[in-house]
Amino acid sequence: MIKRSHFSSKGLAYLLITPQVLVTLAFFYWPAVQGLVQSLMLSDPFGLKSQFVWFENFQRIFTDPLYLKSIGITLFFSLMTAFISLAVGLFLGSMANRALRAKALLRTLLIWPYAVAPAISGILWLFLLHPSYGVVAYFLREVVGMNWNPVLNGNDALFLVIIASAWKQISYNFVFFMAGLQAIPHSLVEAAAIDGAGPLRRFWVITFPLLSPTIFFLTVMNIIYAFFETFGVIHTVTQGGPGGATNTLVYKVYQDGFIGLNMGASAAQSLVLMALIITITVLQFRYVEKKVQYTM
Amino acid sequence: MKIRGAATLFSLMAAIVLFAGQAMAEPITIEWWHAMRGARGETLDKMVKAFNDSQQQYKVVAVNKGDYGEVVNAGVAAYRAKKHPHILQAFEVGTMTMMRSGAIYPVYKLMADEGYKIDWSGYLQAVLSYYVDEKDNLLSMPFNSSTAVMYYNVDLFKKAGLEMPSKTTPLTWDQMDEITKKLVAAGAKKGMVTTWQSWIQVENYSAIHDIPFATKANGYEGLDTEMAINNPKVIKHLERLKSWMADNRFSYEGREYQGANSTFVAGDAAILMESVSGIGNVQKNAKFAWDIAPLPVEADMKQPQNSIIGGASLWVMQGHAKEEYKGVAAFLNFLAQPDMQKLWHKETGYFPITLKAYEELKQEGFFDKIPYQEVGIKQLNRTKPTKNSRGIRLGYFVQIRNILDEEMELIWNGKKTPAQAIADATARSNEKLREFEKTNK
Repeated sequence: MIKRSHFSSKGLAYLLITPQVLVTLAFFYWPAVQGLVQSLMLSDPFGLKSQFVWFENFQRIFTDPLYLKSIGITLFFSLMTAFISLAVGLFLGSMANRALRAKALLRTLLIWPYAVAPAISGILWLFLLHPSYGVVAYFLREVVGMNWNPVLNGNDALFLVIIASAWKQISYNFVFFMAGLQAIPHSLVEAAAIDGAGPLRRFWVITFPLLSPTIFFLTVMNIIYAFFETFGVIHTVTQGGPGGATNTLVYKVYQDGFIGLNMGASAAQSLVLMALIITITVLQFRYVEKKVQYTM
Repeated sequence: MKIRGAATLFSLMAAIVLFAGQAMAEPITIEWWHAMRGARGETLDKMVKAFNDSQQQYKVVAVNKGDYGEVVNAGVAAYRAKKHPHILQAFEVGTMTMMRSGAIYPVYKLMADEGYKIDWSGYLQAVLSYYVDEKDNLLSMPFNSSTAVMYYNVDLFKKAGLEMPSKTTPLTWDQMDEITKKLVAAGAKKGMVTTWQSWIQVENYSAIHDIPFATKANGYEGLDTEMAINNPKVIKHLERLKSWMADNRFSYEGREYQGANSTFVAGDAAILMESVSGIGNVQKNAKFAWDIAPLPVEADMKQPQNSIIGGASLWVMQGHAKEEYKGVAAFLNFLAQPDMQKLWHKETGYFPITLKAYEELKQEGFFDKIPYQEVGIKQLNRTKPTKNSRGIRLGYFVQIRNILDEEMELIWNGKKTPAQAIADATARSNEKLREFEKTNK
């Protein structure tokens, strides 16, 4: 049970939460309302001419087959990115937790990539995998004989942006998994070992369930990351190409709004994006969270 | 006491007047937001400094606000907050957005209002015509203008036993067919690559062959314009490039310029179609002999039209004080002077915008020393621009280019035939054009 705090007067309580409420209003609700209004308008970028068009912007995006395709791409991209970064993060976390020496050094090295901005991470991977000047791409082509070409081949491009996006998030996940693993009492694991459970079985029966709050939290965070923050990677690596194969929703919002200055379309798309992410998060909390064990 | 009080008051007033007088003597600041970075930014700063040193009345402050898209965005946001600069540099594809915005002070009007009698016929017409309204009035001052040309690897041409192309007479695409074959047979990994595929292979291709890119004189004569690229010539051209991919005579290296440029510089591609503003990069990085020729044309095109420009122009924005506009006009006039234009061309490769500067460069023998710098200017000036070749004026042009990029990529990776892709690009772009028309009615 959480203990309730009591304030002698309500006034103080309100006073104390005022800054937070103001910040939320100014930086979240105000822009969101602006976005909503904008999505119902056709307007020029300088805001001198606008007209109210009801749901025309929405109608336009939902009758665009490419937009629907982009939703599919986004879902696939986000799930793959979240899955890869979670799986690798968990694997590295468990391994580093078992490491006997240089634990601190290992941890630092594994956390490092998180300090890299998504756009830079995209460029790094591009330098490795670009068909014209990538070192690894050269190896794949000349030594392995693989026809690797993300500039031309949509699947290759999607694979490239997934890897670049997931790579960066691995460190973030790693930090949380490390913390989660260290919170698991050794006695439980040792008891299971004495009972004859092997490392894999100990992991699945003891560690994994006890890590479930961390995993759940990270899943939500990773999906949100994949939806919104991977824009930098896509912008530097593929610009949504080839032929729209990596055109995720957030990248389309940027393309239409910031580059194309088509405010109405862009606002409508961001609302759809917001609705989508809210739905996914609510679904996660309703159905996945039930399986999470918060207490030991 | 009373008198002393009055004296104090008097001296205070005098001090205020004096102070105000001093403030008046401070130069009037003129803000200019631009997208020029690196070496170009340095040259730009030199020009600004030259202006500031040349007089005391005005002080131009040039601020780099990021890349082209970011500069326009910053301008838009600042305009909404009424904190916009006097001069905003906007890329050529944003021309329609800027001219329709109602937020600008047309340059021809500004110069006339401030008493500058400028002979616009002394400017490079192919550059000027991109930025004029339907009555041929100049809306924004051309600043950095380039066009697309053909770079080629001299060493690889020699190895294939090929003659070097002329710097004035374009090769025909039929000759290109033979040349790329020989190049690949002689060991070039790739025959030809291109940067900015929409700009070079569709927009410029259409202009050079005098066919419309869009109806209503490429959009100059009305918002009810529609795409006109769904024509046999463009489709045939794309089919040809697609067929060349089978034996590496053409290779797609990605959007914009980076991929194609590095392929050429690495010596992997024998021919590169790229903006003249890429000269600096090739100069610096290519470890082989290279040269520049005009863009190829179809054999039946005896009198090829001028190519069209890329780059950006300077827009003067509404809502500043009259005496500040005086300074803006003085500055724009200063930039157009031959000295500034020559400096700009020599250091960046962008075109000088006046014929006078061009003539002086010729007389100085600049082009005898570096002949490839002149190929683009000649290609731009070889004829009088027609309605099809003076430029393209479309709303949401950035998104239309993006649509073209997407559809062309689907040609290159074999998901669509050129005819299908161009038909789809036309339909999708027309939708954008209608949306823009509705917004700007």
